[in-house]
Amino acid sequence: MSNITRAVWSFALWELLSGMSLTLRAMFRRKVTLNYPYEKGPLSPRFRGEHALRRYPNGEERCIACKLCEAVCPAQAITIEAEERADGSRRTTRYDIDMTKCIYCGYCQEACPVDAIVEGPNAEFATETREELFYNKQKLLLNGERWEAEIATNIALDAPYR
Amino acid sequence: MAEIFTDTLWPWVLFIWPWIKIPVLIIVIIVPVLLSVAYLTYWERKIIGWMQYRKGPNVVGWLGLMQPFADGLKLFLKETIIPSGANPIIFLLSPMITFVLALIAWAVIPFDEGWVLADINVGILYLFAISSLGVYGVVMAGWASNSKYAFLGALRSAAQMVSYEVSMGFVIVTVLFLVGSLNLSDIVRAQSGGFWNWHMFGILAPMGVVFFVSTLAETNRSPFDLPEAEAELVAGYFVEYSSFPFAMFFLGEYANMILMAGMTSILFLGGWQAPIPALDVIPGIIWFGLKVAFVLFFFLWVRATFPRYRYDQLMRLGWKVFLPLSLAWVVLVAGIVEFTGA
Repeated sequence: MSNITRAVWSFALWELLSGMSLTLRAMFRRKVTLNYPYEKGPLSPRFRGEHALRRYPNGEERCIACKLCEAVCPAQAITIEAEERADGSRRTTRYDIDMTKCIYCGYCQEACPVDAIVEGPNAEFATETREELFYNKQKLLLNGERWEAEIATNIALDAPYR
Repeated sequence: MAEIFTDTLWPWVLFIWPWIKIPVLIIVIIVPVLLSVAYLTYWERKIIGWMQYRKGPNVVGWLGLMQPFADGLKLFLKETIIPSGANPIIFLLSPMITFVLALIAWAVIPFDEGWVLADINVGILYLFAISSLGVYGVVMAGWASNSKYAFLGALRSAAQMVSYEVSMGFVIVTVLFLVGSLNLSDIVRAQSGGFWNWHMFGILAPMGVVFFVSTLAETNRSPFDLPEAEAELVAGYFVEYSSFPFAMFFLGEYANMILMAGMTSILFLGGWQAPIPALDVIPGIIWFGLKVAFVLFFFLWVRATFPRYRYDQLMRLGWKVFLPLSLAWVVLVAGIVEFTGA
């Protein structure tokens, strides 16, 4: 384009007007907003949300206190203490996750040899105090009971790809 | 009895009457302006949302219509923080100045034929003076905050407002040449008889565009909002403000936007005049409101469309494009008026 035609186009504000026509058309397009608390998007079976400690179907807790999750945790959010139980099996006496340190990388569930610690589909666990986010073993086992159905489905769905 | 009334009471009635009438008129003007400011923030979020495929605020009240009041209440309930290094008097004075200046300018705006609080013959000069004084609120806020960020923001805002006032002044001069009066009502009357008589569609059309773009810069609006670029700078001269002083800056800025939209409608879009004479049955105040809303829609539309200018680009546009262009148009319009006697 010669300088003259370019000057004419720029004095006619051509580029500005074409940009504005684009936004005007966008104004009448279908909106993509999800009305969040009432509408929710789909979640992948691999979604890494709130942690849970699972149990076997007979009620025995899966965790054998191998501390692989504690070792692999890049944020050092997991603290485990273990002792021998009365029946001679090795179990945790303490299993804490500091949810304020956790970066939700999912390494703990990758490291776990018995699928005990998992990250479930729940992402709505905001609290009003910081202390409520220091999860202990009881809270994590409770989460396991609460989300077992969803967690089991997700593990089954993801199994073919592992 | 009648003599007592005419002799002693009547002068008192004449004396007191303006003290009742003027405050009532002021309230009748200010309350709708502040309500429009509240809903301008709502429509800004709504329209920019639509243009980005979003819905905008829709939770507080029906269609989100109570959102401005929720925001206002939130600002009221927060703590007013005065930085320890700040000069508290000037710090609190400057938002008041910004707010008051944005409101007193409405005194000379004609809403309809004869609907004007102060029908002074230098209305346009008054408006121009008031909008220039707005710089003081900005500079004082930046200086009194005693913070380098607020100070730099204030310098940039002030430089920007002053630069664009120059070309705005020349644009107004071209209108004055054509109309031959500084009275805002006269300027509107000169554009009567249909939209083809509006200044926007005559020889002054380029000046209308220059004026509109200058008002964007004058009110620190996108794409010239670089002193307060919320994405990268948080805010400009009002970084240190919180709670109600912040709300006053905010209200002042939006009231200024509406004022500038009103000025654009009066100078270029025929004020209260209907676009075709047949539509004169609809009251002028409605036409004026529609025109102001239309210009404000452009403010929001432009904000949703264009990326922010860089500082040197902003200055180049103001001094190297708008100033020569408006100067040339002053000469052109003066020549036309001189040789056609229009």
